[in-house]
Amino acid sequence: MKAKSLAVRRLKERLYVTGFLAGIGLALAVLAILLGSILQSAWPRLTPALVLNYANSTNPETAGYAAAIVGTLWVVGLTLLFSLPLGIAAGVYLEEYAPKGPITRILQAGVTNLAGVPSVVFGLLGLALFVRVLGLGPVVLAGSLTLTMLVFPYVVITTQEAVRAVPASIRDASLALGSTKWQSIRRQVLPASAPGLLTAAILAAARAMGETAPLLVIGALFIQTFLPYGPDSPFVALPVQIYAYTSLPVGTWGGVAAGGMVILLAMLFSFNVVAIIARNRLQRQRW
Amino acid sequence: MPQPTISVDIGNPTIESRDLSVWYARNQAIRRVGLKVPRHQVTAIIGPSGCGKSTYLRAINRMNDTILSCRTEGQLFVDGEDVYGPNVDPVILRRKAGLIFQKPNPFPKSVYKNIAFGVQLHYRASEKELDEVVESALRQANLWDEVKDRLDDNALGLSGGQQQRLCIARALAIEPEIMLMDEPCSALDPVATAKIEDLIFELKKDMTIVIVTHNMQQAARVAEYTAFMYLGRLVEFSRTRDLFERPHEELTENYITGRFG
Repeated sequence: MKAKSLAVRRLKERLYVTGFLAGIGLALAVLAILLGSILQSAWPRLTPALVLNYANSTNPETAGYAAAIVGTLWVVGLTLLFSLPLGIAAGVYLEEYAPKGPITRILQAGVTNLAGVPSVVFGLLGLALFVRVLGLGPVVLAGSLTLTMLVFPYVVITTQEAVRAVPASIRDASLALGSTKWQSIRRQVLPASAPGLLTAAILAAARAMGETAPLLVIGALFIQTFLPYGPDSPFVALPVQIYAYTSLPVGTWGGVAAGGMVILLAMLFSFNVVAIIARNRLQRQRW
Repeated sequence: MPQPTISVDIGNPTIESRDLSVWYARNQAIRRVGLKVPRHQVTAIIGPSGCGKSTYLRAINRMNDTILSCRTEGQLFVDGEDVYGPNVDPVILRRKAGLIFQKPNPFPKSVYKNIAFGVQLHYRASEKELDEVVESALRQANLWDEVKDRLDDNALGLSGGQQQRLCIARALAIEPEIMLMDEPCSALDPVATAKIEDLIFELKKDMTIVIVTHNMQQAARVAEYTAFMYLGRLVEFSRTRDLFERPHEELTENYITGRFG
């Protein structure tokens, strides 16, 4: 046997670490360029009017996102209301109750495949089922139900992983005290997996906020000069509104579209921050 | 199949197994074990690793049910009722027979909530009633003085020995008649071990205790009766002193003199 050179081993490590740093540097650089160019374009338009005014296609200086912001809040709020209980329940069932047989494997495969379906397909399904067959029309509720279907598989999978991570010793301790399976899940496993479930909620909200194609297909408006008044109201959402502005001449309207992107990113960011604070609180104070 | 040597006759056993066999998938972990566990005494089960002693213990309160590949045949009577018969609810059985695990497993919650949990599974209790039960259980487990000012602190902050006594208190809170202990001291230092052994000595006045241990000195210290198992079979069962001083089986003698194990 011949001894390996220590110098060479150290050098290889340096090279690999440099490669990893280059990778993350590239990712951060792309993010910085993206954010930078959006901010630069949006800067002249970042006024209160952007948030308070309604949209129009004639005057870029008075165009705003008021209806879109409220519309997004409505749609995302209802989507979370539907998808979280359903998704968490399905995830708990698959992970804890489903017998390990071929049927469960098919169900599991179905959920995983759903996660890979292109979002526009959900839009088409939503259009046919909710807008037309159920007769809801192109309203907030139809948009929420469509996004619920889209977001559901992600909630299920994240819930399964969070529940799976709870150590068996906690379950055993609970069962040995004479708990039923559900008591053990409700009182020990679910509270212990709460940080993971919160991650599922963040994921669901982030996807719902950013989806454009399904809402376009459903029939979200491009210009709305009133605030959505309820689940049965026509609506426009932020990503759709941004898309609408990008189809106008870039020279004059580019700033408005970029302004919408800034609003969307700000909403996502603040939602993430709130959720992460909540999750940290949960992790520290789990007793 | 060789028959075990049983040198004592136990009348009115709390736990009795007849031809009990347990398989994990294709591996047979317990081979037709027939054993009578005497009431309000401490019975130790000793044997080398893999002899089936933990499996036997877990069969008593049907914790093996939670393992998917596990299959049980034969009969196991607790107070005269076959717990593997029809119409037996493991939930009720597990209230009667508590299990202490090898590695302490307190819930990631406060000391108070750990103890209250078992009670709240089976009862609706007022805050005052819970306070009383928690204090009583902690006193019974000789832990009250050490934690009475820390009831709302996270249980995971206690030392290993304290955590194990917490788990015992947690089990005591629901007033079991049987206490099953699976190598409860193997993760603890000698001082903590001594505290738990003292505790066992006090507890046996009110309940039947079965303790699995790989430490023969511990069996000699705490148990009136000892069963020796090897490769899934019961080899010998008698009073502890007789088993250690005058073993009938050669296998038993080889094990306790350290020729294998």
